[in-house]
Amino acid sequence: MSTKTNALLRVCRFYYEGFRSMTLGRTLWLIILLKLAIMFLVLRLFFFQPVLEGLSEQEKQEAVGRELLR
Amino acid sequence: MMIQPYLIDVALVDWSRAQFALTACYHWLFVPLTLGLAVVMGVMETLYVIRKDDFWKRTAQFWMRLFGINFAIGVATGIILEFEFGTNWSNYSWLVGDIFGAPLAIEGIVAFFMEATFIAVMFFGWNKVSRRFHLASTWLTGIGATLSAWWILVANSWMQHPVGMVFNPETVRHEMVDFWAVAFQGVAVTKFFHTVMSGWMTGAVFAVGVSCWYLLQGRHKRMALASIRVACAIGLFATLAVIYTGDRSGIEIARHQPMKLAAAEGLRQGGEGAAFSIVPGVEVPKLLSFLATHNPEGFVPGINDLLNGYSHHGETHLSATEKMERGRQAVEAFGRLRANLKTDPEAAAEARRQFDKNVAYFGYGYITHPDELVPNIPIVYWSFRVMVGAGMALLLVLILVLWHERRGRLERQRWLLHLGVWSILLVYAAGQAGWIVAEVGRQPWAIQDMLPVGAAVSQLETASVQTTFVIFALLFTALLAAEIRIMCRAIHQGPEEKGE
Repeated sequence: MSTKTNALLRVCRFYYEGFRSMTLGRTLWLIILLKLAIMFLVLRLFFFQPVLEGLSEQEKQEAVGRELLR
Repeated sequence: MMIQPYLIDVALVDWSRAQFALTACYHWLFVPLTLGLAVVMGVMETLYVIRKDDFWKRTAQFWMRLFGINFAIGVATGIILEFEFGTNWSNYSWLVGDIFGAPLAIEGIVAFFMEATFIAVMFFGWNKVSRRFHLASTWLTGIGATLSAWWILVANSWMQHPVGMVFNPETVRHEMVDFWAVAFQGVAVTKFFHTVMSGWMTGAVFAVGVSCWYLLQGRHKRMALASIRVACAIGLFATLAVIYTGDRSGIEIARHQPMKLAAAEGLRQGGEGAAFSIVPGVEVPKLLSFLATHNPEGFVPGINDLLNGYSHHGETHLSATEKMERGRQAVEAFGRLRANLKTDPEAAAEARRQFDKNVAYFGYGYITHPDELVPNIPIVYWSFRVMVGAGMALLLVLILVLWHERRGRLERQRWLLHLGVWSILLVYAAGQAGWIVAEVGRQPWAIQDMLPVGAAVSQLETASVQTTFVIFALLFTALLAAEIRIMCRAIHQGPEEKGE
């Protein structure tokens, strides 16, 4: 148990120290987070609702079947 | 039974296609550099581990920093394509769910676990993990990105040549019956190596271009010359591999997408011993036949042959009108099957028989005029020439740069150094043109012969697609501007120098 905890702590420390020592990486992370926020909080929520979302498998089959027979 | 022509909103289809093309083109600015720089930095670090010379460590770290910038700004740009599948191409997404589900799920898992794990070790692990473990992490980061590309390209290849599946009209889905046929069909294997090698070319030419810039500036000479040696070797290998896989790709296209080949050549009337068009009015006799069939007298059908139908070696190829008629029968049977599925099993069974008879032409049932089966010839024709011309020019540049470097006189060839820098634009032009040939050339098909884009698209308001097109154009342009700015700053700053 203590070996596992130590390994986990070492991994956490590895990432913590890695992120702390970043220079250019901070700017890049900012860009990544900004981009993901625009993609998931703006584009996905307001512009890209999947057309078939919320339908059951049967309803999806019927909806696409109807579309293909317009 | 009279069948009404399928109603297609052309503006909606065009805007949806334009939006997808815009997203894919921008996405493809980032991906090839990731694939290529992964190899460049991997080789540099391997040299460091073998030679135990800190110079190679600093060189590897410099290219790694540029890799990191490109990776960070490009990461997740592909997710937008998946948004578009669900929203703009919902019919298509449902139809291909079984085929795309497995490759894209594997891609997601592989990409997440391999790249996310090893990229952290690569950037944070210097002096914290052993040299060999760090080196393995660097290579595994590149391998993770390459495996990601594999599954995406498997999915793309399936659209170009759908195999290993059956279309089930009851579930309205293509259902996978042979995973291995989907994953390892010739089109997928060829496309994977062609695409990944073009990525290696991009990384190599980028490294050569940046190094040439340093030589023009008189800075970081040792690193620049060493990088040029490594990058030229990678670039030459990759260019030759691209030429070889391009040849294989020509054979596959001639076999499975003859209209794309005819459009890429602007070949109206085909025949045996077909000439290859260098540019309009300049032709090489028999070369097209050789490239398409590996036989200088081989038969290559032209656009008119494909539209009007033709016979060759006793094999009859149907005209577009005949295919459209059979396609309409398939669509009509599909409608009858679905209408009778729950109420009249006998009528449904009869409809199923009719459907199965003509299912190979199902997509033609949505085509209203044979001309719709011809892709935009000028775009495909000229894109093909840009791709091949730029590729050949890059091969020449790499040979010249390496030749002069080996003789120790590269720094004096300032014209060549300038050419090396501008080659960065050329390699991107080649890559983009290649995808234009592949994707515009297969129009009108979202899935070859099975589903045209007009039937694949979701019925949305055209204005909403236009709005998101503009949003994407702005977002991606901002990301590209950020990439160029940060990249230029990092290049200007240069590698860490110690005692050079």
